[in-house]
Amino acid sequence: MNRKQKRLAVIAGGVGFIAVAVLLVMFALSRSVSYFYMPSDLADKPVGEGTRIRLGGLVEEGSIRRAENSNVLFTVTDGSGTVEVRYAGILPDLFREGQGVVTEGRFDGNGAFHADTVLAKHDENYMPKEVADRLKEDGVWEGRPARDC
Amino acid sequence: MNEMKPKTGVIAGLANPTRFLSLSGRLMPFMIAVTLILFAAGLYLSFISEADYQQGNTVRIMYIHVPAAWLSMMCYMVMAVAALGTLVWRHPLADVAHKSAAPIGAAFTFLALLTGSLWGKPMWGAWWVWDARLTSVFILFLMYLGIIALNRAVDEPQRAARLSAILILVGVINIPIIKFSVDWWNTLHQPASVIRLDGPTIDPVFLWPLAVMALAYTFAFFTMHIAAMRNEIYRRRVAAMRRVAATRAEKGMQS
Repeated sequence: MNRKQKRLAVIAGGVGFIAVAVLLVMFALSRSVSYFYMPSDLADKPVGEGTRIRLGGLVEEGSIRRAENSNVLFTVTDGSGTVEVRYAGILPDLFREGQGVVTEGRFDGNGAFHADTVLAKHDENYMPKEVADRLKEDGVWEGRPARDC
Repeated sequence: MNEMKPKTGVIAGLANPTRFLSLSGRLMPFMIAVTLILFAAGLYLSFISEADYQQGNTVRIMYIHVPAAWLSMMCYMVMAVAALGTLVWRHPLADVAHKSAAPIGAAFTFLALLTGSLWGKPMWGAWWVWDARLTSVFILFLMYLGIIALNRAVDEPQRAARLSAILILVGVINIPIIKFSVDWWNTLHQPASVIRLDGPTIDPVFLWPLAVMALAYTFAFFTMHIAAMRNEIYRRRVAAMRRVAATRAEKGMQS
């Protein structure tokens, strides 16, 4: 090996070493790096009452109810688990049934989640309104209701 | 080893600072013209394109935000290649290349963070969240600032280039983390819409303006990068000439 190849080998070794170290750290932190838990994650590993967490998932169809004192009640689901959420405050524009949301708050003693923040999660699909309407007419729409709900 | 020789010869020939200056000087007007034309076309397409079915007109922020985010990562990869040039081949043009790219990369990253924040408030309901994607891009921004600071903190140019090249190569690990953060972890930021295995999930109506804007940003980056490299080469020549003049003047005083 000449000097240039030796330097290249040292750099490749160093970058490889750092990559392995970072991968190990990320593997160890994988649960806490995630921005939110989904209802089925909480079913596997429940969190204690009063612990502040973020809960994410889809707002279940037909689950939004308005209660007293401008409280909103809705159910967050990920297909296999559901959590009842109670929230008082201003909801983001994209909040509606079938929409992905991330809520932040605590569980009370009865298994209900009291959120103090609700964020809407935008998905990766971008299309004009006409295309969305046409997809719904053709019946290939994946069950996401439009603005009118 | 014999077949390596002509290849290094060609690279060394192109990387000769004097040849780089004459070649880039001739290229510059065309680069500026192409950049301006692409931006005119891209911005026109961005404003006439339709609104999104759920984001409305806010979707137009994407045409500024997404190319800026792509370029912030591409700039870092250009710097990583230049850092290899510094450390392995000890080439002065590689030193100039990564030194002059860092502020441009920081600017693109800042633009991506700023426009993302402006989009996040109406869509998510928050200016900023500490999810994996946003945090890793923020780390990229800090990396750029650190590289700029380190390069300017060391007086001797060769030593400055070598030290910042090491920092650049350490930070390369952040680039795949940024790209795949949305797949590996639950994030508030949406997953990739354009560069994904099963094809784009973005309607062609939005893809065209985005593609033209991405091309415009790419040309803008290379135009600014070449211009910054030319300035840096001239700056180093002026510094070298000053040193020579100062030495001569000193000798003249003594005699």
